[in-house]
Amino acid sequence: MSDHHHDSPPSPHHTSYRTRERNKELTQRVERIEALLVAKGLVAKDALDRLVDIYENDLGPMNGAKVVARAWVDADFKRRLLDNATAAIAELGFGGLQGEHMVVVENTPQVHNVVVCTLCSCYPWPVLGLPPTWYKDAAYRSRVVIDPRSVLAEFGTMLDDDVEVRVWDSSAEVRYLVLPERPANTEHLTERELAELIDRDAMIGVARVSAP
Amino acid sequence: MNGIHDMGGMTCFGPVRREDDEPVFHADWERRVFAMNLAALAFLGPVDRARHAIERMDPVEYLTTSYYEHWLAGLETLLKELEYATDEEIDNGKVASVKETPHPPPNAEMAEGLVRGGMSATRDEGRLEPAFNVGDKVRARNIEVKRHTRLARYVRGKIGMIAAYHGSHVFADTAAHDLGENAQPLYTVRFEARELWGDNVERRDCVYIDLWEDYLVTEGYGRA
Repeated sequence: MSDHHHDSPPSPHHTSYRTRERNKELTQRVERIEALLVAKGLVAKDALDRLVDIYENDLGPMNGAKVVARAWVDADFKRRLLDNATAAIAELGFGGLQGEHMVVVENTPQVHNVVVCTLCSCYPWPVLGLPPTWYKDAAYRSRVVIDPRSVLAEFGTMLDDDVEVRVWDSSAEVRYLVLPERPANTEHLTERELAELIDRDAMIGVARVSAP
Repeated sequence: MNGIHDMGGMTCFGPVRREDDEPVFHADWERRVFAMNLAALAFLGPVDRARHAIERMDPVEYLTTSYYEHWLAGLETLLKELEYATDEEIDNGKVASVKETPHPPPNAEMAEGLVRGGMSATRDEGRLEPAFNVGDKVRARNIEVKRHTRLARYVRGKIGMIAAYHGSHVFADTAAHDLGENAQPLYTVRFEARELWGDNVERRDCVYIDLWEDYLVTEGYGRA
């Protein structure tokens, strides 16, 4: 695990720092609340199960990767994607909660885009699933707007001084997806093979896509 | 409000800590808290109210608890404030009284319908004519908002440029407090690093942030 920095303060956002007792306490409290809300007829257990199943198994960065790969191989689709991302993404069958108003921003040799929500954890669920813990953590949210280059460097993304960094703070209901640069020497790859190269971090904008 | 959640531009939170092969949830209670929050939007919503419930957490507690503990705290706060549950009921799990909801609880199909269909924030009634054009210089207002706002502290009073117009969106500041949707033009505004962080900043970075029209004035506003 790469999150063990013993020289920095413990983070409550990481399971490894939460005590067994606290976890047990939370487990029992949440079980009580769920039973209470079900008994009151406020929520239905099958609805909760379905919601968990969708977000754990159905939605994730593999969806966004298909969008990016399509944009790399189809110039018309890319134009539609940059013009009206919500509609273009819907062409691939993705959309819905936290993806109602999508904007796609394109990385180029001159411009590098990176996405954050400084106020909470806004994230394009239909194309990336639920965000990783670091995206919701104080370090990322506080630093990436004021010092994006040092944050990107921690992800191994080094940028020349003449590259403009654009940080997109998702403060309303618009959700952002980064269209990363297609790596060199990938002309021979199919759309499906390209999609396999594209990971979550590249679509948040903290990393680049590398050739296989 | 000037809450602890409004973190943009703060320092000293240390490195970004990543977890290899991170699971979607780290414990079963996280799954249930996540799903309960989504399902409860039907009677505790709108989402702006749910966000505000988290923002009002004790700041020390906010910083020392994990993400889904925030969601749990927000859920408990709204259940109590909107009188769907009491402290006692939450502590002992026994139903004392039942407050009726306007609709029956969503079943699995309805929950899936919410996920697939989403909840659009745009409206075709309200304030529909944008006061600003792309390229206009604007100033984010410096205003004291004691309740929910999405006007992040780090842009207040700063000069930026309208980069995009998104149509009229439900205004979070009023929707969070049952004060109406007050739909109005929403813009993406570009702010240069030097404008945001200080005259000694040399790097050519910038922040794009989404701001409702009520947060903005023309650049020279208020000057003699």
